[in-house]
Amino acid sequence: MSETAARPIGGRIVTPFFLFLLALWALGTVAGLQRWFGGLGAATAMSDGYPWGIWIALDVVVGTALACGGYAVALLVYIFNRGQYHPLVRPALLTSALGYSTAAVAIAFDVGRYWGLWKVPFYVGSWNLRSALLEVALCVMSYIVVLWVEVSPAFLERFRDGKNEGLRRLAESVGPRLERALPFIIALGLLLPTMHQSSLGSIWLLAASKLHRLWLTPWLPFLFLVSCIAMGYAMVVIEHTFAARAFRLRQETQMLGRIGLAAAWMVVVYLVVRIVDVVWRGQFQAIFSSGRFSFLFLAETALWVAAAALLFSRRTRADAGQQLRAAFLLIAAGVLYRFNTYLFAFQPGYGWTYFPSVQEIVITFGLVATETMAFLVIVKKFPFLGGVPAR
Amino acid sequence: MTGMRRRTALKVLAGGVGASALRPAQALEQPAYPDAVGLLYDSTRCIGCRACVTWCKRANELPDDEMNINGVPYNAPVDLSSTTKNIIRVAKDGDHTAFVKGGCMHCTEPACVNACMIGALKKNPTTGVVAYNVDLCVGCRYCQVVCPFNVPKFTWHSAFNSRIVKCELCRHLPEGPACARVCPRQAIVTGKVTELKAEARRRLSAQPAAYHPQVYGEREAGGTQVLYLAPAAMPPDKLGLPNVGDAPIPTLSHEIHGGIYKAGIAPVALYAAFAFVTWKNRRSQAAGSGKEEGHK
Repeated sequence: MSETAARPIGGRIVTPFFLFLLALWALGTVAGLQRWFGGLGAATAMSDGYPWGIWIALDVVVGTALACGGYAVALLVYIFNRGQYHPLVRPALLTSALGYSTAAVAIAFDVGRYWGLWKVPFYVGSWNLRSALLEVALCVMSYIVVLWVEVSPAFLERFRDGKNEGLRRLAESVGPRLERALPFIIALGLLLPTMHQSSLGSIWLLAASKLHRLWLTPWLPFLFLVSCIAMGYAMVVIEHTFAARAFRLRQETQMLGRIGLAAAWMVVVYLVVRIVDVVWRGQFQAIFSSGRFSFLFLAETALWVAAAALLFSRRTRADAGQQLRAAFLLIAAGVLYRFNTYLFAFQPGYGWTYFPSVQEIVITFGLVATETMAFLVIVKKFPFLGGVPAR
Repeated sequence: MTGMRRRTALKVLAGGVGASALRPAQALEQPAYPDAVGLLYDSTRCIGCRACVTWCKRANELPDDEMNINGVPYNAPVDLSSTTKNIIRVAKDGDHTAFVKGGCMHCTEPACVNACMIGALKKNPTTGVVAYNVDLCVGCRYCQVVCPFNVPKFTWHSAFNSRIVKCELCRHLPEGPACARVCPRQAIVTGKVTELKAEARRRLSAQPAAYHPQVYGEREAGGTQVLYLAPAAMPPDKLGLPNVGDAPIPTLSHEIHGGIYKAGIAPVALYAAFAFVTWKNRRSQAAGSGKEEGHK
């Protein structure tokens, strides 16, 4: 990342909203203790039929897709050579770094033998390269490191201008070297999400006998990849609209309108593949004859269509409120697609059911609250926001 | 846009879709298990005594599933669980009833082994037994998600000793599976899979009227090392054995996921493309904006 006009927002850290988040964190921690000392069965509604619940579907799968803003904008800036979006990169990468780190914490809550997680990256000789989940695990772990390296220039800038002599010297020695290595780190930051976001779909290729036929398709990795990029753009729109309001920054309606257009085109690609695939596999009838699955499929599709239509409309491109609504519609579509694949269209048989326990929900809120607190502290102390140059 | 990766993916995906996505396997490179061992379960012989269930627990040091009925405690496991690796269920269809065993099928191409990140679940290269090594397990439960027979079970109520529990054909006992050893009616027999198949054929031809002609497990999911004989009146689906098709469960994953990542070429090529384009574009952007990138 080169220098931008981004600056620390400043202001008090401890606000009423911050205290509210702190309370959510405390609640989550209490529920967390129950999970750590009582086991997963004591705190969750997961079962041998539904071994994955909302911690995977929401915190990890949806969470990392929502954290694809950094990836999506970096694609635009570095691959499609749209330098004008450069000011969006830094804040997007920060929310990506925080989002992925949060997902990692959620995984530590979810896996039964978290003390053995370190073996996954280090037991190279034992790697099962056929496992899509291994690929997700390795890529997510490396991507978290890459993301924090990518945002580190913002911290280094602050240190360089700060009073602490040691930090200043560190910034001056690391900074230039990092700058030279950055293209290769950025490329890694593009490769890793391409790999693991698509593999989050591939995971289900192996559950061929249990996933409803409207969702089981060889195109799962492609659909997960394209939809996460669309969701990434939508998140950039949402973050910037909120940040502009909360911190009284300039609202970049035009630029966000064009980002929304990029999202809309991704949705078009997604929808064409999604629909043609269903028809090609001879499942067109199933769209209407599958009971609640029909409803889920149609709801999912309707949300995508509505989001794209809104983003394409001329009015939206000049209207911040409309942009926000369209972005939320798109996020809703992506979230429903992921929930459908990971939970609703999963059919373990034997009459198993799943509804998340209070603790699962409370811990999820606690994780999001922690992430939000970290975001607030960082943008108030370090130069991430407000980098869009005034025209 | 995303260059090489997209193209490779498209090629692979197009191939997959072309011939109707979920078509049966073209052989995965099948490892041969010449000395594969397994079980043959004969529902027509089973009298539901559940000696196999009890002795499975003894052999594997699993606790009783205690159930209190009117103040009287029973060891009454109701399904496979983290304390029960082998179960006898009752299947009903109209007036017909039959017993049916539940437990690991020891697939030739197991989904769980394909799923497992660092090989906590692995097939023994000679016996073909799907064995579990707790030291390599992180408790992700992907094996549970993908098993078409819902076999792997998780110790939900353990905080510090969580693990997966499933039948491993008593691989720790030199005398072999306890269930087969204690069965009073030879409803469960153990041996090499080739012998078990011959035995199944022998029983079918000796009493063709008593049996449904299909040997469940011979072809299902690419073949399993646990085989089932069903009564004439209660074919496998009526026994509650899932209809999983003949293709190995990992076929689709292997074609698509394996295809995309074949020899790691796509990720390396894609990385090179990303790095080159990024390097080039950053240079042109820096030149275009007329300022030195980085430090001033």
